[in-house]
Amino acid sequence: MTADRRRAVTLAAGGVLLALVPPIAALTDQPFYLDLFRRMMIFAIAAVSLDLILGYGGMVSFGHAAYLGIGAYAVGIPAYHGITNGFLQLGLAVAASALVALVIGAISLRTSGVYFIMITLAFAQMLYYLGISLETYGGDNGMRLAARSRFVGPVDLAQPTTFYYLVLAILVLLLVAGRRLVASRFGMVIRAAKANEPRARAIGFSTARYKLTAFVIAGATAGLAGALLANQTEYLTPDFMHWTRSGEIMFMVILGGMGSLFGPVLGAVALLLLEDVLSALTAHWQIILGPILILVVLFAKRGLFGLLAGARVD
Amino acid sequence: MRTKALAALLGLLPALIALPAAADTVKIGFITTLSGPQGAIGEHMKNSVELALDHLGRKLGGHDVEVIYGDDQVKPDVGKQLADEMLKKHKVHFVSGVIWSNVMLAVAPTVTGAGTFMIGTNAGPHELAGKMCHEMFFTTSWQNDQTPEAMGKYMQDQNLTDVYAMAPNYAAGKDMISGFKRYFKNKVVAEVYTQLGQQDYQAEISQLRAANPKAVFVFYPGGMGIQFLKQYAQAGLRGQIPLYSVYTVDEISLPAVKEAALGQFETRYWSPDLKNAANEKYVAAYKKKYGKMPVFYGAQSYDGIMLIDSAIRAVKGDLTNKKGMIAAMRRADYKSTRGPYSYNSNHFPIENFYLLKAVQMPDGEFAMQIQKTVFESHKDAYAAECPMKW
Amino acid sequence: MSWALVLEQTLNGLQFGVMLFLMAAGLTLVFGIMNLVNLAHGSLYMVGAYLAAAFAHWSGSFVLGVALALPATLLVGIAVEVTALRTLYERDHLDQVLATFGLILFFNELISIIWGRAAIYTSVPTILGGHFRILPGVPYPTYRAGIIVVGVLVSVLLWGLVTRTRLGMRIRAGASNRTMVSALGVNVRLLYTLVFGLGAALAGLAGAMAGPIYAVQPGMGEAILIQVFVVIVIGGIGSIRGAMVGAIVVGMADTLGRAFLKPMLATVISPPAADKAGPALASMLIYLLMAAVLFFRPEGLFPARSRS
Repeated sequence: MTADRRRAVTLAAGGVLLALVPPIAALTDQPFYLDLFRRMMIFAIAAVSLDLILGYGGMVSFGHAAYLGIGAYAVGIPAYHGITNGFLQLGLAVAASALVALVIGAISLRTSGVYFIMITLAFAQMLYYLGISLETYGGDNGMRLAARSRFVGPVDLAQPTTFYYLVLAILVLLLVAGRRLVASRFGMVIRAAKANEPRARAIGFSTARYKLTAFVIAGATAGLAGALLANQTEYLTPDFMHWTRSGEIMFMVILGGMGSLFGPVLGAVALLLLEDVLSALTAHWQIILGPILILVVLFAKRGLFGLLAGARVD
Repeated sequence: MRTKALAALLGLLPALIALPAAADTVKIGFITTLSGPQGAIGEHMKNSVELALDHLGRKLGGHDVEVIYGDDQVKPDVGKQLADEMLKKHKVHFVSGVIWSNVMLAVAPTVTGAGTFMIGTNAGPHELAGKMCHEMFFTTSWQNDQTPEAMGKYMQDQNLTDVYAMAPNYAAGKDMISGFKRYFKNKVVAEVYTQLGQQDYQAEISQLRAANPKAVFVFYPGGMGIQFLKQYAQAGLRGQIPLYSVYTVDEISLPAVKEAALGQFETRYWSPDLKNAANEKYVAAYKKKYGKMPVFYGAQSYDGIMLIDSAIRAVKGDLTNKKGMIAAMRRADYKSTRGPYSYNSNHFPIENFYLLKAVQMPDGEFAMQIQKTVFESHKDAYAAECPMKW
Repeated sequence: MSWALVLEQTLNGLQFGVMLFLMAAGLTLVFGIMNLVNLAHGSLYMVGAYLAAAFAHWSGSFVLGVALALPATLLVGIAVEVTALRTLYERDHLDQVLATFGLILFFNELISIIWGRAAIYTSVPTILGGHFRILPGVPYPTYRAGIIVVGVLVSVLLWGLVTRTRLGMRIRAGASNRTMVSALGVNVRLLYTLVFGLGAALAGLAGAMAGPIYAVQPGMGEAILIQVFVVIVIGGIGSIRGAMVGAIVVGMADTLGRAFLKPMLATVISPPAADKAGPALASMLIYLLMAAVLFFRPEGLFPARSRS
């Protein structure tokens, strides 16, 4: 089997399996797994959006979880005031996240390396403290989602299965659009900038603008994930924005395979499953997870997707 | 392909091979924090649950028991996921525990919304005492505001004035100070909110000294309390300005601060030295089995199991008789470590609150001791907002 | 707001800055010379605090406890470097961040298993337990003054080490051109291990000194880690001078912000609003500061020689 074929089969199988979760869960009378996989897919969306800037663009943003929070509050705050129109909420989530990403990106992208890491972390912390001080919306207690987002007709998020397929559809769309973006001229410039920025600039591209655009797209997508997360947990807190959450998403990307777009999906599934299984085994599960993460970083850089689908990771 | 399929299968495997639960077994899901520094609290709660089950002969109302513990990692969304897992996968009959108010606000409605009992054993957010009260939610602890209310009353009765109040800048911190002011009507010189998790309070202590208050009231849970206490003592303020607090000095933090806490006043609904048969049994057994003093989180969890047991007994083991269990729980007909108490309309306890003082025992150890009763049969301030009437 | 209070708060800010410097010095040394981002620096700080408490308890003397904790933390640091970190030198910063993040999880759990999750007891030794009148009407804790003294001593020693000794010379040479130095016969591997050990010892010292006044519990390193990173980023990575300046700046800004921001705001906006905005702004202050510094000088205030 050629590498391409192996990849295609892996992806097809993955897609089929994900699509089959609701019927299997119904058959075995285990609705919990529907919720679990749905949660994994939502984080997968966030991880894929991070991969865009991290894996392809080389921008190590430790503040990516901030957009999850913004998206979540973009659903929660309108719901609190009685506005439950899903299109409005999702639109707000994407727009607000894009705007914040624009501001943060404009300032942060002036730096590079560890300075970039630190400044994105700092911005995330600022948003976190801002969230804590919003007393009307619960402060650090967070708030319960008054009602799930409402769309038109049959799309009723209160129906677990409908919600599941909506998330799956968004994930698939994202992956398709992402692949296209990465393979396009825009994507080429981003990847060139990661590989050798001075050269890319010498050729004539203003890499700063491309990088900022990528940063905004990634932020907006993560905001979308945040909106879905709020509906999933029916509860939102500023903790969604904490820098340790960004670290978790980053691990999903690394575990799954950086720079592959599909890898982060695997990474999200694997990490959340691992946490669930390990924490049921022992209270000291972090002493197991810690070294696992170190080992992955040191020895399995291509991640799970690289292991499954072959050596070629673009 | 293989890994993903395997992962999915592995996930479903327990369901496929799960033996049908013996109709006899009572399943309880217990959500607490078991990892990280706050795991110290969860450890006490888990220990107390196990101790309660030991004392009941590992049977609740005649049934075998299975307790499934979950670690919420102090995250509401993880807590909710655990609750979902316990409800849908393990099909528990009761969910109990929960330390943190924000986790409770995510978990309790999920549990009660699914028609399952939620027996809270610590967090007491006012929403659940008021508008969001539910017939399937009971707590064996208190409503968050009651403890600072007791301190406020005590300090008001002492005719103290010019009080300097400090708390961390988050929802619980603000609740504590507002609860305090509900009963303390004299002058509050300043309300200072510090950063959550802050370690160094030297700057605030300098400000405090400059303001020259007659007394200081603080709320600093966990590591923040340890830090504040040590630094307060080192600044020489211990003997100078009396310090009153809530949830700052307890049996978990005392061993870490020892003499820095001497003379500290706290208010609480329970203390290890509370004199009643159930408590003496609990404290002695806990010390014997786990080698340390129990703390209120544990006493509440112990009571939670006892409450559940009393309810199951009352319906003669018929777990489907939920109305019967609700009625039974409302009677609070069990031997609680706090002594006899009753339930308010919102299923929060009506109980006494005591003034505690940190003292040094003859054997050199430090402990909290009850000084006097501040409130008798104190009700929380939110019951009127609860639509339940019975 | 009296002048005595302002002076006292300035002193507090200075002392806090010195605490931060003790931590930052080790971190920036390792980063600047070995190009290694070490998130587990906070864990070494925690190890130092725990070891100092344990040795003090065993020997009955605080000073002995600290003195023993230093070489012990150095050994722990070297052990970590040899087993886990060697492979990371050649990797990019992201890998280093993630791997050392995994180390944090590991260390926190290890400490929990050995000492339990609840905080352990530490106290200031009685000789340093009092306070003295630094100004009329302003008693200052002796222990904190002691911290300032130690911090200043350490910075002088460090500066002396790096600029005036053969070891310091080799360190600086190894930083600028590792291959060349190795070709000249210097054992660069050993050098890096020693430098890391030195960084670990500095973190351990900070932890040992912080133990009596802070809570010694698992995870105590992370609380201060972010602030330390802010310090070295503001000061410029790899520069001891930058660490000193950054630490003082952050220490002052944070302390004075916490003390005076609310009253200052209350003069411009209504007191209830200041009550809300003050604390929120104070917690964001050092991040805002860092963002501002990086906006004008993306490499910090005193960047070390650029490396490529």
